[in-house]
Amino acid sequence: MTAYIVRRLLYAIPILIGVNLLTFVLFFVINTPDDIARSQLGDRRVTAAAIDTWKRAHGYQKPLIYNENAQGLGKLTDTVLFNKSVRLFAFDFGRSDSGRDIGYDIGQRMWPSLAIAVPTLIVGILVNITFALLIALFRGTYIDFWGVVLCVILLSVSSLFYIIGGQYLLSKLFHLVPISGYDTGINATKFLILPVIVGVISGVGSGTRWYRTLFLEEIGKDYVRTARAKGLSEHVVLFRHVLRNALIPLLTGIVVVLPLLFMGSLIVESFFGVPGLGSYTIDGIQRQDFAIVRSMVFLGSVLYIIGLLLTDISYTLVDPRVRLR
Amino acid sequence: MLVLFWTDVLIYLLVAMVVVFALYARRREHLRAPWREVGRSGVAMGSLVVLAFYVTIGLLDSIHFRPALQPDEEAGKREYAHEILSVFDWLVTPLRERTEKTYSAPFAANLYTKETVELADGRQRRQFPRLKYGARHLDDPATEKTADIVATGLSAAVKGVAVWGLICVMLIAALARKKQQTFRSVFTRMLSGATAVRWRSMLYTFAVLLVISFAAADLSMEYHILGTDKVGEDVFYQTLKSIRTGLVIGTLTTLVMLPFAMLLGIMAGYFGGWIDDVIQYLYTTLSSIPGVLLIAAAVLILQVYLDNHADRFSSIAERADLRLLFLCLILGVTSWTSLCRYLRGETLKLRDTDYIQAATALGVRQFTILTRHVAPNVMHIVLITVVLDFSALVLAEAVLSYVQIGVDPAMNSWGNMINSARLEMAREPIVWWSLFAAFLFMFSLVLAANLFSDALRDAFDPRLRREK
Amino acid sequence: MNDSQPILSVSELSTHLGSGSRPIRAVDGLSFDINKGETLALLGESGCGKSITALSLMRLLPASGRVISGTVRFGSCDLLKLSESEMRRVRGGGMTMIFQEPMTSLNPVIPIGEQILEALRLHVGEAGAAGRKHVLDLLDAVRIPDPGKRFHEYPHQLSGGMKQRVMIAIALAGEPNLLIADEPTTALDVTIQAQVLELMRNLQQQRQMAILLITHDLGVVAEMADRVAVMYAGQIVELAAREPFFAHPSHPYSRKLFASLPTMAKRKRALHVIKGLVPSLHARFSGCRFAARCDDAVAVCHEYPPAWHTDGERQVLCHLYEHGREAERREDTSTAPIPSHTARPAKPVREPLLQTRALQVHFPIEAGVFKRTVGYVRAVDGVDLTIGAGRTLALVGESGCGKTTVGKSILQLIRPTAGSVRLDGVELTGLSHSQLRRRRSDFQIIFQDPYSSMNPRMLVGDVVAEGIKAFGAGETREQRRALVNKQLLQVGLSADSVTRYPHEFSGGQRQRISIARALAVAPKLIVCDEPTSALDVSVQAQILNLLQRLQAEVGVSYLFITHNMSVVSYIADEIAVMYLGRIVEFGPVGDVLRRPRHPYTEALLSAVPALDPKTRRGVIRLHGDIPSPSSPPSGCHFHPRCPKSAELCRQHYPRRSRVDDQHYVNCHLVDDEPIPGGARR
Repeated sequence: MTAYIVRRLLYAIPILIGVNLLTFVLFFVINTPDDIARSQLGDRRVTAAAIDTWKRAHGYQKPLIYNENAQGLGKLTDTVLFNKSVRLFAFDFGRSDSGRDIGYDIGQRMWPSLAIAVPTLIVGILVNITFALLIALFRGTYIDFWGVVLCVILLSVSSLFYIIGGQYLLSKLFHLVPISGYDTGINATKFLILPVIVGVISGVGSGTRWYRTLFLEEIGKDYVRTARAKGLSEHVVLFRHVLRNALIPLLTGIVVVLPLLFMGSLIVESFFGVPGLGSYTIDGIQRQDFAIVRSMVFLGSVLYIIGLLLTDISYTLVDPRVRLR
Repeated sequence: MLVLFWTDVLIYLLVAMVVVFALYARRREHLRAPWREVGRSGVAMGSLVVLAFYVTIGLLDSIHFRPALQPDEEAGKREYAHEILSVFDWLVTPLRERTEKTYSAPFAANLYTKETVELADGRQRRQFPRLKYGARHLDDPATEKTADIVATGLSAAVKGVAVWGLICVMLIAALARKKQQTFRSVFTRMLSGATAVRWRSMLYTFAVLLVISFAAADLSMEYHILGTDKVGEDVFYQTLKSIRTGLVIGTLTTLVMLPFAMLLGIMAGYFGGWIDDVIQYLYTTLSSIPGVLLIAAAVLILQVYLDNHADRFSSIAERADLRLLFLCLILGVTSWTSLCRYLRGETLKLRDTDYIQAATALGVRQFTILTRHVAPNVMHIVLITVVLDFSALVLAEAVLSYVQIGVDPAMNSWGNMINSARLEMAREPIVWWSLFAAFLFMFSLVLAANLFSDALRDAFDPRLRREK
Repeated sequence: MNDSQPILSVSELSTHLGSGSRPIRAVDGLSFDINKGETLALLGESGCGKSITALSLMRLLPASGRVISGTVRFGSCDLLKLSESEMRRVRGGGMTMIFQEPMTSLNPVIPIGEQILEALRLHVGEAGAAGRKHVLDLLDAVRIPDPGKRFHEYPHQLSGGMKQRVMIAIALAGEPNLLIADEPTTALDVTIQAQVLELMRNLQQQRQMAILLITHDLGVVAEMADRVAVMYAGQIVELAAREPFFAHPSHPYSRKLFASLPTMAKRKRALHVIKGLVPSLHARFSGCRFAARCDDAVAVCHEYPPAWHTDGERQVLCHLYEHGREAERREDTSTAPIPSHTARPAKPVREPLLQTRALQVHFPIEAGVFKRTVGYVRAVDGVDLTIGAGRTLALVGESGCGKTTVGKSILQLIRPTAGSVRLDGVELTGLSHSQLRRRRSDFQIIFQDPYSSMNPRMLVGDVVAEGIKAFGAGETREQRRALVNKQLLQVGLSADSVTRYPHEFSGGQRQRISIARALAVAPKLIVCDEPTSALDVSVQAQILNLLQRLQAEVGVSYLFITHNMSVVSYIADEIAVMYLGRIVEFGPVGDVLRRPRHPYTEALLSAVPALDPKTRRGVIRLHGDIPSPSSPPSGCHFHPRCPKSAELCRQHYPRRSRVDDQHYVNCHLVDDEPIPGGARR
């Protein structure tokens, strides 16, 4: 087990290097810092001097990969590659193009993201499992058929409409909760209700349908017949035997997204004006702040890899058949 | 003068591929059998009609040309307009050209905002002015409008039903002739839904679509049936134009990624060893970057490139088209990994099957094994993925355009429509029609695609379970 | 018959599968009784409806199935009229069931003790410490060693035989009067089967429990049953006590089943086969269901359905037993005429066709941070085999002993780790990929599963032509087509098969196509990997006949990999017995089967259920399961299970000893005549 985790962590290193190189190529080779400066400064006829000043201010004036003018190790470290990309490995995100400390911002903004993402995930899973179990219990009947049709209808609606519809109905028409905004501490609750409801509803179609497939697949297996041959009732079969087995793919499907909850949801946060990492990323994209986007790409990859590792570990916890070596 | 956009060329290529595949599948029982299964599903066939409707509009909108201007005095030299039109634009010319000043509600006769107008007696008054085009033929819209809408709508519906009836008769006659049965027996079997292909649900769907489109066509000549937007453009026209964008994103993306995913996935699974390691590394790395961020990064870079090389494009349309193509490419890069992983797993399983072992024992070359044994047996996965991805991509377009990393803001797309309408949410009363139009068209396309892909998946592989 | 009230009484039971206008009439008017403490065997080939019968009784039919009519009296009530909740009390209580696949029949994520306890709680109302004690007793009763430890183990930690014992323990928990066992030992090895059958017999005697045993295996019936019901196409066609049934089966179908069994006595003669295919149960029958395939059928057989005829302790559903038809009944079911055999060499020719020396296939086990190899699974660990031209060598052993790996490594489908494979004077192990490819027409393979051995997306013509194309035989399309047609005719398929797909053929027909595909490249050796074990016994006879005929015609050699001793005794010239990656006994089939010298061979042979009670030898019970080939026991691999093991056996692997001319054995007990140079390890 330990050996396995160590091996997986070692395997993550080349992947992170790959991610890092890819972003480096995207951000500094295809587009030179000059291009970035030009588009940041706005005018295409901006002077060379202005570009130079901007680059100096943001630390882009150094050579990309190899600094001939530096001494010793500085030949490698005093470069854009080292300062902007390699440092990410130490979670040193540097400063955004607008001059703010990205690491500090991330630390601040991950809490609102979590405040929305965690309840959405938990409530969503509970709702989906309940519906899916209900449909599975009535499999082959009209409830099953129309339940699936309803799922397909629900998942055919763009998430944007759920947000807009939710805001319009609950906030504008009935004035139940504020349309958007955020507050600190316990006051944040009233701002969270709507995003969570919208998040749950927009996921219910695909989630329920997926869980239903998982349940039905388990119901078809031989051990279910054994359980029935024992004389167990249908709901005991469903809850004690089927659910336990179906939880394995279900849980591990959830574990992989757990770390990514930190990143928040781009759309929901920006629609509801929640100052989380999702809206941070969107702001970065819309302001063309390359430093922020680059940091978020790296952070996202790290979290995803952690998620994969956690998935494998969680398999050993919930499935007695799996032993990692 | 014909104009070829990059995406147009790829669409033609795609159409050609579909035709070739259809001809290929016709001769192969194992491919025909699941399609027959799909044909038996009423829901799937109804959805297919809806999809065909969208595809027709999308294809018409993919043949671009520059209209010839009125010949100059110097005869013999033809001049072409700078503006690039599609066949579809040309067909719905009135819709395209009748722009109002700004917002107007569906079927409105007056503008949505008050303006100061000078009355005949010289006094000025704030009022909702009449529209330039919408309901122009009515003298007193307040009293005549409802009756006129109903009358026009009904007469169009009757026309639609008549055309539908004609088509039905022709279809039944053709079927009867082909199967050498009487018209009557084909008719009764079709009516009871006992035909091998569910013609009944196809024709019912077709009837609904025909009635709606006839009514919409007639009404939209007199009214802005879905209102106008901020700059007065007809929303109905916009949403119809958005169809092509949605279809292009949904189809070309998979077209772009398929060769990579198939080649790499099958190679990784079949050869194993270091080839497998390299390919796995490649797709793990790519898939570990959150998709939205990778797209954002790539589109940002494209934007910088386009900003700095604006002079290279002769028209906005061309620029927008290139951006669309690039978006397809980058979406393809982010979405090939899951198919690749999937194909690798399937090939790995296939490699150990008895029939591939038997082929090896018979001395069949590896390349032949790959093309004759492996590829045909993973095709169903490819097909299912393509169809399932379609609706996800159409939905993704809207989200990406909302985040402003989607298609060019100058291009008609449902994402752009939602995005611009969202800013007007705060207006009182609310400007809802752009949202409604985008919702209606997107929803029916995605729903049809989802229902169709469900039937397709059941037919091609009932055991197949797709992870989220 | 027994005067007392039967415990289960089924009458006119009919079950349909699928809905619509043409359902499958899987069970059609079935009637039988089971008395207290007796075993009734329901015997039939696949698709005859025997499992559906069991599921109908338990009311556990799949969603597409429903009971159409009939009554099932169990004790005092009609099971088919009970409400679902009343039925649940019967299920697992008075009447329980065990299934064919012990591998998948237990819930993988619940400890086995828990799964037994669940049934106890429900039917005995025991929980807590008393329940736990009871579970341990049950585990002990089904002879699971160390029950206290096993209680908390999960199904995947147990072997197949152990799992089936756990299934039996679950079934016993409700203290049933009737146990329905649906092919309980079909998925198990023969030595394990002997253990489980013995267990079931003992439990039955202790608990006075009735058993409905569903099986296709005449041997199992002979071992277990008090009475036999033969099922064909949804009906029972013969119902008799065991002794009269095995002495003189009455129904022509029963007689054919016996005749198609391969035995040593039928060697060099073609086996009886049942012509045609099992009829589709979609159809309604006008006459006797077996008439179309019956050699004795007369006109009335096709006209109207037969009625039951009782003759002492047996009942038979056949027109031939009607009054006055005795003359038409052919009593003689002895073997058919000998096919034209070309003279086979009586002894192997000097230069054998295939010779393997010290063949090894080891699969590395990786572990640790850097996936270092920490050990090997020794699937094949030094195998010497010799096959002469035109002869058949049977490689027998239980599952997991490495016999399939031997076959694949001879074909170089799995490259051997070490050792040599010489075919017709050419060393195969050192050949490069392309050299090997050119040689591949010399050696071919036929697989066990006829359903997965052909690409479902290819026409049969293309399947057979594949090898012809790969070797460039047949210049033109027409020549190739002619070759393909010739091959198909040779295996008894019509030429129009070429334009059809594999799924349109039955299992036996597909196996013929596989044989045609292999023969098309004119091989010298065919590795037959359990070619008949997925087939019914009547179809097996067809395939065995075909293989024998082809050998006589084209002189091909077979390496026949199997676990079925009766097939071996019928078809093989030599036999090699394999245990845990090594050959333990090798010799002419007659010598080895009649006078086995290795204790493992002895045990293996004694475990095969015998049809004739007179020839039945006492089963030599082997303890435990086959050890893992990743950590074989020290000394002789067999010593932990060997009833005769001595101290020496624990220390050294025995060398190879010669018993007589061609009979070799690796056992310390047969060490009197060591051969020079044969000593290994």
